[in-house]
Amino acid sequence: MKILVCIKQVPGSNNVEVDPVTGVLKRNGIKSKMNPYDLYAIETALSLCERFGGEVETITMGPPQAKEIIIESVCMGAKRGTVLSDRRFAGADVLATAYTISQGIKKCGEYDLIICGKQTTDGDTAQVGAEVSEYLGISNVSNVLSVDDVDKETITLTASLDDKNVKMNIKLPCLISVEGDINSPRLPSYRVKKSIEDEVVKFISMDDFEDKNADNYGLNGSATQVERIFPPEKKKERKKFEGSNEELVKSLLEVVLDKKLI
Amino acid sequence: MYNKVTDEDIKYFKEVVGDQYVLTGDEINPDYAHDELGGVEKMPEVLIRVNSTEEVSSVMKHAWKRSIPVTVRGSGTGLVGAAVPVYGGILMETTRMNRILELDEENLIVKVQPGVLLMELSAFAEENDFMYPPDPGEKSATIGGNISTNAGGMRAVKYGVTRDYVRALKVVMPNGEILDLSSRVAKNSSGYSLKDLAIGSEGTLCIICEATLKLIPLPKASLSLLVPFKDMKSAIEAVPKIFKSKVTPTAIEYMSRDTILFSESYLGKKFPDTKNDAYILLTIDGNSEEIVEKEATLVADLCLDIGALDVYIVDTEERKKAVWSARGAFLEAIKASTTEMDECDVVVPVNKVDSFIKYTHQLAEEHNIRIPSFGHAGDGNLHVYICRDQLDKDIWEETLRVCFDKMYQKAEELGGLVSGEHGIGYAKKDYLRKQYGPTHIMIMQGIKKAFDEKNILNPGKICM
Repeated sequence: MKILVCIKQVPGSNNVEVDPVTGVLKRNGIKSKMNPYDLYAIETALSLCERFGGEVETITMGPPQAKEIIIESVCMGAKRGTVLSDRRFAGADVLATAYTISQGIKKCGEYDLIICGKQTTDGDTAQVGAEVSEYLGISNVSNVLSVDDVDKETITLTASLDDKNVKMNIKLPCLISVEGDINSPRLPSYRVKKSIEDEVVKFISMDDFEDKNADNYGLNGSATQVERIFPPEKKKERKKFEGSNEELVKSLLEVVLDKKLI
Repeated sequence: MYNKVTDEDIKYFKEVVGDQYVLTGDEINPDYAHDELGGVEKMPEVLIRVNSTEEVSSVMKHAWKRSIPVTVRGSGTGLVGAAVPVYGGILMETTRMNRILELDEENLIVKVQPGVLLMELSAFAEENDFMYPPDPGEKSATIGGNISTNAGGMRAVKYGVTRDYVRALKVVMPNGEILDLSSRVAKNSSGYSLKDLAIGSEGTLCIICEATLKLIPLPKASLSLLVPFKDMKSAIEAVPKIFKSKVTPTAIEYMSRDTILFSESYLGKKFPDTKNDAYILLTIDGNSEEIVEKEATLVADLCLDIGALDVYIVDTEERKKAVWSARGAFLEAIKASTTEMDECDVVVPVNKVDSFIKYTHQLAEEHNIRIPSFGHAGDGNLHVYICRDQLDKDIWEETLRVCFDKMYQKAEELGGLVSGEHGIGYAKKDYLRKQYGPTHIMIMQGIKKAFDEKNILNPGKICM
């Protein structure tokens, strides 16, 4: 089966500062990395290929340096990958991003299964996967915990509905978003990295898309606009309890009840 | 020889440290009778949870006057029974003395009380852009305990051990006198180093009440490599070759597939790779991404040249956590895989690690017993575990004795020593005696006597 995994490059640290004046993330000097949730998606794809045969490709949207995560995905076992890179994609919100990716996927080929991570660690919206599936006109399942079986026509999987898990059989092609922590993503191989050739990464711009109308991409194609970004308030307040086990439990219970946590 | 703790003594201790911090009889949790592994148990007559140097001093003055034995305990994570009160008496717990007292950024030092946990100190240092390099696997150990065993840990290859980071100690002597050993100076040639005698003395010479520790600037970048080999021999043989390349990794650990699987089952979490029989895990750190990447590339190429099956890159926080958390759980994982076990913490020259591991495999076969191991391939300190599994008690005890004798003998043949970082405590006394011989032990006993003429502080340990 042919599997495509959608991945994203995000800031390498959770401690990225926000410029208090402009509200923009201070990315200078901060190393980038692959969105950690995408690693579970790649691992899911590679394991499926090991079990049922096939190959894995990856796709990302971003600046040219997003090539690094495509290479990383190849070092993990993907065959090749595509970077959707064009200045006109800049400033895209969730909707415009999903539309851009869906256009890119159409250009790349046909896939039996598209896998996304649960969400990204910089945007945290967890909506791009579902919206891509809408644009592609295929089924979508979020919160997938495991892919249990695959046959020619369908995929059997287990997904979480918070209070219960459901097992479902979905017609291929489809798009799934997998939960975090459902597997242990394999590590990138230095041996593969050494032997990688340029052809494994393909760049695609808007000019390659079926829809070449710039108004549908980037800031112009976005239905929402970010008014302000601000860092969450950091609380370093700590309280220390001392005493016997009984006293400690009592003190803790009082706090929990007082804060209405239970 | 020693006096029992009386009601009068208890009354005095309660006046000094407060009623709720003096526990007796059933008030004392049975866990205070043992440490993590030492194979020796004894309940104290009284548990005193001290909170200050002055309290320690008052308790010791009283204990000295009354000839009551005193054993000091931190988190109780030791592995050789050093914190077990084998003569009963007072067990003095220092975990309430857990304050970080001072960060001196000009002299790159931090002053702490002994009950600060290693993980707390590491986090504090990192928050302030510093690193406290000693990195033993047991992060919930106290700094007092780390100093008392001269704990090593995984970063010893590049940064050395606890001793290298102790600038000064404030201690309470067995008679209650408070002494400052050394100071925050960088050099010291002023007579015998009592500070260095106190380090690694496992609570037998004096009680550490404050420690002034050296910090280093936090390296800006680090990267780990997980390198699979077809067998342990090839993995271990790679280590001296890495050193020869002039790159000094922060850590070089070896691990077998079996140990990784124990860890998976213990943590309920899969390790990123278990396809191969043997691995080395190494970390390179430095002050720029470029330097680290250059050195990592050099090591990775070298490993591939000498037969590594691949080199996996462990570059992000998530990946480091997945790999190093498994490594950190090895001891507990092996413990959970068997009914009972004992540990051999020998240290051998780095180029003899392979010979020693091979010998443990031979022993395991000879005695039909499991002897998993892991450890610091980069500094020759091995953690070898003899597992009881389903053996009958008598056979287990005999097999353990024979295997230990043979292993320590082999270590000595290879130029090694009894303990690399866990100490001697109670459990390894005989092996120390056997290796060092009477003169060495007599000098140690003389030092003990000079500090503690009445032998009330942690009696029955190391050389006594």
